[in-house]
Amino acid sequence: MAQALTHSDPHIGDRPRPAKNYLNATTGIWSWMSTVDHKRIGVMYLVAVLSAFFVGGMFALLIRLTLLTPSHKLFGKVLIDADAYNRVFTLHGAIMVFLFIIPSIPGSLANFVLPLMLGAKDVAFPRLNLASFYLWCGGAALAVTSMIFGAVDTGWTFYTPYSTTTQNAVGLMTMAVFTLGFSSIFTGLNFIATTHKLRAPGMGWFDMPLFVWGTYATAIIQVLATPVLGITMVLLALERAFNIGIFDPKIGGDPVLFQHFFWFYSHPAVYIMIVPGMAIISEIIPTFSRKTIFGYRAIAYSSVALALLGFLVWGHHMFVAGQSELATVIFSALTFLVAIPSGVKLFNWLATMYKGNISLETPMCYAISFLLLFAIGGLTGIFLGALSTDVHLTDTYFVVAHFHYVMMGGTVIAFIGGVHYWWPKITGRMYNEKWGRIACALVFIGFNMTFLTQFFLGSKGMPRRYYNYLDQYQPLHAFSTFGSWVLGLGLFIVAAYLLASLRKPMDAPDNPWGGTTMEWLTSSPPIEHNFEEQPVLEHEPYDYRPKVKKHA
Amino acid sequence: MEWFRSLMLPPQGSAFAAEVDALYMFLFWLSAVLFLGIAFAAIYFAIRYKYVPGRVTPHITHNTTLEIVWSVLPLLLCVVIFFWGLEGWMKYSVAPGESMEIQVTAKKWIWTFEYPDGSRTANDIHVPVGKPVKFIMTSEDVLHDFFVPDMRVKHDIVPGRYTEVWFTPTVLGPHHFTCAEYCGKGHSDMMGKLTVDNEADFKKWLETGGDDWKNYPPEVWGQMQREQKGCATCHSIDGTRGQGPSWKGIYGKMETMSDGKSYLVDDAYLQESMMQPNAKIVKGFEAIMPSFQGLLHPQDIRGLIAYIKTLK
Repeated sequence: MAQALTHSDPHIGDRPRPAKNYLNATTGIWSWMSTVDHKRIGVMYLVAVLSAFFVGGMFALLIRLTLLTPSHKLFGKVLIDADAYNRVFTLHGAIMVFLFIIPSIPGSLANFVLPLMLGAKDVAFPRLNLASFYLWCGGAALAVTSMIFGAVDTGWTFYTPYSTTTQNAVGLMTMAVFTLGFSSIFTGLNFIATTHKLRAPGMGWFDMPLFVWGTYATAIIQVLATPVLGITMVLLALERAFNIGIFDPKIGGDPVLFQHFFWFYSHPAVYIMIVPGMAIISEIIPTFSRKTIFGYRAIAYSSVALALLGFLVWGHHMFVAGQSELATVIFSALTFLVAIPSGVKLFNWLATMYKGNISLETPMCYAISFLLLFAIGGLTGIFLGALSTDVHLTDTYFVVAHFHYVMMGGTVIAFIGGVHYWWPKITGRMYNEKWGRIACALVFIGFNMTFLTQFFLGSKGMPRRYYNYLDQYQPLHAFSTFGSWVLGLGLFIVAAYLLASLRKPMDAPDNPWGGTTMEWLTSSPPIEHNFEEQPVLEHEPYDYRPKVKKHA
Repeated sequence: MEWFRSLMLPPQGSAFAAEVDALYMFLFWLSAVLFLGIAFAAIYFAIRYKYVPGRVTPHITHNTTLEIVWSVLPLLLCVVIFFWGLEGWMKYSVAPGESMEIQVTAKKWIWTFEYPDGSRTANDIHVPVGKPVKFIMTSEDVLHDFFVPDMRVKHDIVPGRYTEVWFTPTVLGPHHFTCAEYCGKGHSDMMGKLTVDNEADFKKWLETGGDDWKNYPPEVWGQMQREQKGCATCHSIDGTRGQGPSWKGIYGKMETMSDGKSYLVDDAYLQESMMQPNAKIVKGFEAIMPSFQGLLHPQDIRGLIAYIKTLK
């Protein structure tokens, strides 16, 4: 077995760690702020989106705490009133969607890993990459400002005419969303160009790691769909500022038109969120199963299929909103098509594990959590895609639970798994494996306690975005709140041991997991220009056969 | 299985509800089986193929037959589910021609209903059992959504448009309806009672507003009206400032109006405030209260005044 990249043979100490890496090549704040290194930008994004996740998560805990009892009282005092509650769930949604989940994987992990996987020195447009990070910061600043000056209470969907008539800082919030949209578009453009132009010699389209396929499919959606959100936000701003009737029926507009525009972006955005998550899982599962991926092409094509189908199903958010009955029927039929590529991926991952050599390190624990949670998220989507059941379930907690299973159980779990998977590469350090698994178990249990409960709340007829609720729902609400504490505890443990790992000297081998993709060929952390010499593709990705030649 | 269904879903108030539930339960069991299959495979593989140092794994790149099977079978299943859902949707979309029509106006944060005979109610609907009822709905401000969990129907209410929803109630007694499209501060309080009566009780209720009131002292009846007719949304009873003046200590007080004149709050003033709310506007408040003409029966007005008198 000539230097096969297997787990039993990680090249710990294969070669000395280079003295200079991307983290210490240059020093000082300015060297970071003006950096065009995709790795540094990726790290800055990671810090930024995780901060947003923390803030959004605090709001989530506050929402659950408020709903613990119908009286909203804690130690005899009312926690927050209805107005404050409406602002809190709006901020939770807007922060999580626009500041965290959408930029999370593309901005941080893909930014860091994509060029490495392609054997490239950087992304195609390094300056544009930095610009998109600063746009994110600008958007975040606007969002924070709108939080401080007059809270927004429209829900993250900004439905008109409520959003055009309320007296609050909706204008700032729409500017924030507009700015964040451009950040997303620039990132997408960059990844498309990088994937097309900067692949290592010998790497054809079907030699690319599946993470690259997923990121590429995502980039297509980012570039094509996000402008529609920008346009919608401009129209909304025009209506508010100049009283031009677009969405408000009082001045001749149509509120349902807003929903069409909004979901024309925001449904594809669901795939901007989930496809990168799936892409991470496609890396983790073969690595920890030490077996080639099953159905490489099917997984690659299904990412693209999801990206394209994602554009055709926006109307399923509006079955009872006032669009035509015929449109509703067509959207329902198209929606079912989404089940096929999603199912194909799930079955392929399971087939990859079949006859594998599976070890359950933390990233793999998250990957298996993802399989189970995403399965629930997908299957409950069928209840909502089917017309007659959707009428009962839409706008209830069933929908809340469903999209949390997809967004959090899917994307966020995959993201956390990916952070663990590439942590040694990014920081040069291993984290505490035991705590990693304990935290993963807590997150899994806490998540299910919180959100599985909400399927039952919704089925029982509990509408979403409700401050007050009927007493009959209290036991389920309380259980869901207890779950949120377990979930929160799990995530705090993750933060604690990851941060703790930064305090020790670098100890990560170049390829701690025995991965076969190119990012594992360079040192941990990588040198400033990624590779000592241009890597050349010598085998397809995920080739775990013995006799794999070792790269230089 | 009935107990299991009732564990997850609200009581069934119509034949349509039973049809929706049938699909729901089918999807529930299908999902349970598929989920357990996936979970079993993932966990079984992780245990059965547990890591052994040095073990070489087979190089299985794909299996066309298997991949076609697991693409086509779910597709077929989806086709069945789509048509099943469509069948219910067709019923939901088309109300029978002989339906009784009730006009619904939604407004932050009160429901008003108008019956064919001109009777009006707020946050309170009575319908006869076994007859299809069609709700023709519009909104005066923002989006709302009329959701009746026991009937398994809901539909958005859009300002500037009419939307419809219908059901045939089959179960006598109380049900509830609620707003399911976010509409601001009072969104979660925008709910009301749906009572399914037999034919005779329904007729009587239409004429007199029912005689439930005889069972209560006037001030208690008034307190109930405050909740049911939506007064509570804007008028507090503890002195807190709402959209309208608080009722605490209002009776017998001299109030200054927006035009500068002062009036004594007595029975006549209160009655006028309910029937023609914009005739006199208390200083510092907006003229936003709708008229309750036709909404409040004489016993309701008497009850409300009696109740307000108790709020010292």
